[in-house]
Amino acid sequence: MSPALIVLAAFFVVAVGLGLAARRGHDMNLEQWTLGGRGFGAILVFVLMAGEIYTTFTFLGGSGWAYGKGAPAFYILCYGAIAYSFSYFLLPVIWRYAQARRLVSQADFFVAKYDSRALGILVSLVGVAALVPYLVLQLKGLGIIVSEASYGAIAPATAIWTGTVALVGYVVVSGVRGSAWTAALKDVMILAVVLVIGIYLPIHYYGGFGEMFRAVERAKPGFLTLPASGMSPVWVISTVLLTACGFYMWPQYFASVYTARTDDVFRKNAVLLPLYQLVILFVFFAGFAAILVVPGLQGADADLSLLRVSKQAFGVWPVGIIGGAGLLTALVPGSMILITAATIIAQNLYRAAVPAATDRTVARVARGLVPVVAAVAAVLALRGGETVVALLLMGYNFVTQLFPALVLSLGARPVVSASAAFAGITAGEVTVAMLTASGASIGTLMPAAPQFFKDLNVGIVALLVNVVVLSAVALVTRPRAARELAAAP
Amino acid sequence: MTSDAGPRRARPYRALAALPTIGLLAGIPFANRTEPYVFGLPFLLFWIVAWVVATSVIMGIVWTLDRRRP
Repeated sequence: MSPALIVLAAFFVVAVGLGLAARRGHDMNLEQWTLGGRGFGAILVFVLMAGEIYTTFTFLGGSGWAYGKGAPAFYILCYGAIAYSFSYFLLPVIWRYAQARRLVSQADFFVAKYDSRALGILVSLVGVAALVPYLVLQLKGLGIIVSEASYGAIAPATAIWTGTVALVGYVVVSGVRGSAWTAALKDVMILAVVLVIGIYLPIHYYGGFGEMFRAVERAKPGFLTLPASGMSPVWVISTVLLTACGFYMWPQYFASVYTARTDDVFRKNAVLLPLYQLVILFVFFAGFAAILVVPGLQGADADLSLLRVSKQAFGVWPVGIIGGAGLLTALVPGSMILITAATIIAQNLYRAAVPAATDRTVARVARGLVPVVAAVAAVLALRGGETVVALLLMGYNFVTQLFPALVLSLGARPVVSASAAFAGITAGEVTVAMLTASGASIGTLMPAAPQFFKDLNVGIVALLVNVVVLSAVALVTRPRAARELAAAP
Repeated sequence: MTSDAGPRRARPYRALAALPTIGLLAGIPFANRTEPYVFGLPFLLFWIVAWVVATSVIMGIVWTLDRRRP
């Protein structure tokens, strides 16, 4: 057994062991399993949120974009800061409402606010449709990381199946407590690994950060600024705004809000998380350092840049540790996604179909669904296809369509009717699907438009269609509650 | 976005929370250059990093002021 394999195996065993041990002393009803009994303090919520946010997308995709695209990658650093500044106001409102009504899933929130089971089913379907590609993405990432860090000794398919089985095991046993415990380990590891490689590589290969960026700029003039068209400033601004709107619409982030013990947790996190985000800066450094050290990675292979440059720079043991940290960036979000998807299907789809089901049955169904969802994702991950970022972007556009209906429901009562919310979300999703299938951009939709307009992120179109349909239906179906609100001061 | 529920008091300092969105994004077209390098970072990247740090500071100020009020 090679040293890299030993290190990887050790990480794997520790992570799964922690995940299993997390159950101790807790009875696993649905509220415990999905939400940790709503008892998490600031630190656990912090690692859970950070754990979900820093996924294989950050680790592989962040460095891959810096390596392959340059300055447009910087958008990844922008949207988090903006979403966190909103979260200070948004999350406490969501938490208080969910806490008072003991809500379990994101769809529950829409069901309760709009008093509509049908809307809950729609939101659940959207959630599952977005979560599955996201899980596929984590598993694909896991396969890449393990096969690279083991120097090819473990094939991606073996890694994906082993990872899937382990995930299913600790998710079924411990639920979100398992995620939180492994997330704590992951945060320490990823912070250490990313800081070390992000600082070491530029100094080792170029003599410093400034020297590295100047060398990149000399080799690829204009790489460190945004181009005048395409991924231009207009593209960055529209993409950041869109992504910030979608950020907390992911069902697993939304549900992790429910795990908190008090709402002050979110205000603390809104202060800390932007700073913590700077981890991504060091991921960029690794990607930029790779440009001149391991040139020639094209297309989806750009996602390998961080691992390839690390293999060039370090020995077998450190590469094992980097791979182990990467493994955790796949397992932690993967476990949250699994829990959330299974909970949504059991709580909002199964229960809608079988209204007489008891809480015990729903909890059992949720856990029974974990292996099913995991197996579907593993099969999809093995069949290959799009690159890491493309998959994530489609899921992102799906969940972003929930944003208008959510915001309009945050007051004491929703401002629009359930039918309006339903119609808006449906129209938005259909548009996303059509745009994704046709690979359209605003440039192809409106070839005569001015350039700045063509550079807008095409996701804006779906959101606009959503809002227009929502408003049109809202005008003809104003809810009684809205009229009462309008009359009130 | 939305304001906190509960007794509505004037909390004008909360408008500070809009600064990251406005400052970071509105500045991007103007900050879109490499020179001058700051702390070794090309200017565009420095601009973004500075705003990310500023976001933490700004939200820290809002939180501190919020906690002073009952």
